[in-house]
Amino acid sequence: MFDAKVLSMLAEGIKDTLYMTLVSTLAGYVLGLPLGIILCVTGKNGLHPNSVIYRILDFICNIIRSVPFLILLIVLIPFTRALVGQSYGSTATIVPLVICAAPYIARVVEASLNEVDPGVVEAAKSMGADNFQIIYKVLLVEAKTSLMAGATITTGILLGYSAMSGTVGGGGLGDIAVRYGYYRWQTDIMVVTVVLLIVIFQIIQNLGTKIVMAFDHRKK
Amino acid sequence: MSGIKIRHLTKKFEADGHILTALDDVNLQIESGEIYGIIGMSGAGKSTLVRSINFLERPTEGQVLIDGVDLAELSERDLRKKRADIGMIFQGFNLLEQKNVISNVCFPLEIAGVKKKDAIVRARELLKRVNLEDKEKAYPSRLSGGQKQRVAIARALASNPKILLCDEATSALDPQTSDSILKLLKQINEDLGITIVIITHQMSVVTQICDKVAIVENGKIVEEGKTAEIFDSPKSDAAKELISGNNNSFLPLEELNSDKVIRIVFSENSAFEPVIANAILKFETPINILKADTRNVGGIAKGEMLLGLHYGSGVEKDFIEYFRERGLVVTEVKETEVKSHV
Ligand SMILES: Nc1ncnc2c1ncn2[C@@H]1O[C@H](COP(=O)(O)OP(=O)(O)OP(=O)(O)O)[C@@H](O)[C@H]1O
Ligand SMILES: [Mg+2]
Repeated sequence: MFDAKVLSMLAEGIKDTLYMTLVSTLAGYVLGLPLGIILCVTGKNGLHPNSVIYRILDFICNIIRSVPFLILLIVLIPFTRALVGQSYGSTATIVPLVICAAPYIARVVEASLNEVDPGVVEAAKSMGADNFQIIYKVLLVEAKTSLMAGATITTGILLGYSAMSGTVGGGGLGDIAVRYGYYRWQTDIMVVTVVLLIVIFQIIQNLGTKIVMAFDHRKK
Repeated sequence: MSGIKIRHLTKKFEADGHILTALDDVNLQIESGEIYGIIGMSGAGKSTLVRSINFLERPTEGQVLIDGVDLAELSERDLRKKRADIGMIFQGFNLLEQKNVISNVCFPLEIAGVKKKDAIVRARELLKRVNLEDKEKAYPSRLSGGQKQRVAIARALASNPKILLCDEATSALDPQTSDSILKLLKQINEDLGITIVIITHQMSVVTQICDKVAIVENGKIVEEGKTAEIFDSPKSDAAKELISGNNNSFLPLEELNSDKVIRIVFSENSAFEPVIANAILKFETPINILKADTRNVGGIAKGEMLLGLHYGSGVEKDFIEYFRERGLVVTEVKETEVKSHV
């Protein structure tokens, strides 16, 4: 049953899954981190409140987040095809994953930054810091561990979503599970892919938690 | 060095549709090199006032002049530069929790663009001044409140400010630690000539180190002047309340110093006998009651009195003996301790 062909397929699946998860997390942060910072800064108690900008970004984030991922995946097919030339496979899946992740990440980042003690921000202001310095020397530094914890959770969620994209030919372990388990009734292969997904998830969580602990100086 | 002039300062906040006047036509003149106390009850507007001095809070009306420069006329950039000349410390210390002690002290220098190497040299110097050389690498979460405030003081001094603003800097500390922080501030004022503005709700802080004091009530300055004068003869109700409300007597400081002071403590049962009155009758010599207070110590009501016995009356020893015979705890209070007791 588990001949060389299946094994290499599973190996390929692991590779694709990791590729989709990590690249979409990174790309998600490239968009979501600045977005989250802008949300925090323009928010009511932010460094530079601006209700127009805040409301527009807030609205966009809420809209995207309220569309279920599977539907987003299908709705975005034309866009994905235009961007990467095809609508199936792991690279194509990254597009909807990033679109889905960015607003989520923005929210997580906003929440982390809002948690920073306003007293510390006030102290920085009293030293003559400008808003830009406050963002990258105070907010991002003080929220460091909370941001990392958020990134760990986001990576886990994107791992799950990447597997979900298997239903429409997204590639990776989810794809294998759907093809073998759902269409061909080869339960054993499906079980193995599920176990692999669980193991990858655990590794991401544990690694993330360890890193957070190592960097947290607040309670030691 | 630097003086602060506040003219017709009014600050209004708008919250949920109503307007709240936090400061109402405040006028103050703080001379260069002074330690100036601003005291008032909670919500009086003290924090708003001190935050107006470096324009963290922009006044609704009126002016703040530092060295004759009107802060309202500065550009954002110049205002930030000016703020770097005004150090500030807070009740909650407000240290960066994710940075160690030395990085915290270097922080204002980093903001000002000072080279890292030079910043560290300066930071070490300051940590020495506040007696924390050995805590350089520690993180704030491992420090006691007093140590945190010392780091905050070192940090506030890093950019060589001419003014130091302290918003309830000792309110979160126990009396001993608070004392040592106040001594440090006094020392800094003497060594560096820095003007210090101290916000507090405790009269003991003011009497301990402030040259002058202003009393704030409902956003207005109700009384202002030399600390000793206000302490001797407070005029406003707010001042009287702050002085007596904090278990302080109304005695002028000089008078305290001319007496031999003893402290007697009696617990529930001995308080019933009129010991003091009997002693005065017996020795036919007056006693000055400097302070009388009862407090709950571990569930027992203890009475405490500070008595001034006139020097040269010759019966001081007899008084002490008389009290001891009646089971009272008698201790002599050194002159220097009297102020902190009272
Ligand atoms: N940003 C703000 N918005 C609305 N109201 C405010 C704001 N800041 C202060 N106030 C109000 O202004 C008044 C004075 O507040 P302030 O913080 O200056 O008092 P305080 O004397 O420092 O009191 P405490 O001893 O409790 O610190 C209070 O009634 C407070 O609720
Ligand atoms: Mg206050």
